Amino acid sequence: MRIIDREDIIKSVERLCIDTNCILNDDIIKSFDSFIEKEASPIAAGILRDLKKNGEAAKKRMMPICQDTGMAVVFIEIGQEVYVDGSLEEAINEGVRRGYINGYLRKSVVYDPVIQRINTKDNTPAIIHYNIVKGDKLKITVAPKGFGSENMSRIHMLKPSEGRKGVIDCILKTIDEAGPNPCPPMIVGIGIGGNFEYSAYLAKKALLRPIGQYSEKAYLREIEEEVIKKANNLGIGPQGLGGTTTILWAAAEDYPTHIAGMPVAVNISCHVTRHGEVTI
Amino acid sequence: MEISLKTPVTREMARKLRAGDRVKISGIIYTARDAAHKRMLENREKDGFPIDLKDSVIYFAGPSPAKPGEAVGSIGPTTSYRMDSYSPDMIKYGETVMIGKGKRSSEVVEAMKKYGAVYIGAIGGAGALLASHVEKCRVAAYEDLGAEAIHELVVKDFPGIVIIDSEGNNLYETEYLKYRRND
Repeated sequence: MRIIDREDIIKSVERLCIDTNCILNDDIIKSFDSFIEKEASPIAAGILRDLKKNGEAAKKRMMPICQDTGMAVVFIEIGQEVYVDGSLEEAINEGVRRGYINGYLRKSVVYDPVIQRINTKDNTPAIIHYNIVKGDKLKITVAPKGFGSENMSRIHMLKPSEGRKGVIDCILKTIDEAGPNPCPPMIVGIGIGGNFEYSAYLAKKALLRPIGQYSEKAYLREIEEEVIKKANNLGIGPQGLGGTTTILWAAAEDYPTHIAGMPVAVNISCHVTRHGEVTI
Repeated sequence: MEISLKTPVTREMARKLRAGDRVKISGIIYTARDAAHKRMLENREKDGFPIDLKDSVIYFAGPSPAKPGEAVGSIGPTTSYRMDSYSPDMIKYGETVMIGKGKRSSEVVEAMKKYGAVYIGAIGGAGALLASHVEKCRVAAYEDLGAEAIHELVVKDFPGIVIIDSEGNNLYETEYLKYRRND
């Protein structure tokens, strides 16, 4: 049994909320460079350069890359030999609270989603996914997600007979319908299989994978490659103003599913796909 | 064509702008998102508008908080379709310029054509860069809404591109076709 102090958890979450919101990950910056070189539209290339500049300005001033600093999504992998001193959930939310207040991040969470929509004023509660694993470590991944792109995400409950083509088509349809709304260039998380809610979880988790790292499963890699190629032939381009850079990346995860179904979840994200992790 | 646009923007000025024009906006503009739009229109008969809508420029945005010593936090556009149910009335009551990102409904475009208004796109996701064009920021109304309050901004050379003009020309309908391939 290993005891982990709640203050260590709070401080880690606080730091990750601030850093992920103000510092664009290197894989995204590198991908901008390669797309700027390939981009067919001069206007589009200019927008990509501006987005890169925006990332540099944000890091320099430790200002959020985007004003929508998201709802904090937290993935927890907790070793079964770990004992947390106090409530893990409260520690995570306290970390989010401190991060969003001390980091001058926007508080974008409302209590009830329908009638009153009153702001909780500290961006809590976070959305937390727990996984119990072997060992005595605690891994915390923080992935704040904005809603301009979240709103464009879809789940498709396909028939098994629709096959691979059905999977590709519904992903491309989701990207095409999103068009200019989610601030393209997008990053696309895909969850295939499982059931209704698990496919969405897989799609979100796929967004944690760095750009350039394909799935280790051959059939998923082929889907990723085909989606990247075809999505960038849709013409949407950066900000929907036309071009050959509509998505920077697509990552797919899968899970066994039921004989009667083939769920496909498409979690649309923008270039500000934030994620950072720490292991305690 | 690049155009310097000084606010307020009259109907006449708005009607001269064309889809594809690059603009640099200077002067006073106001932020408003879903919650502020809803409250303004619901309370109109009772309280009137909390800001002067005539010839106004409304920026669909909710900034992140300003750090000490800075005018404003990160401040890029939010997705505009959520304002589609409010914009025709806002245009009717005087708004001439909307700044946002993403598609608009046909009802909004019809109101723009009828009264003379334009829709300008700012770069979504470039909130830190856009913040450098904001010289002053104060809450003008609805402080209780936090980031969703109406903020009065003094902007200088705030960059945008006319997406939909008062004749209904729409870059979102024309530009992607130039790069679309079916393979």
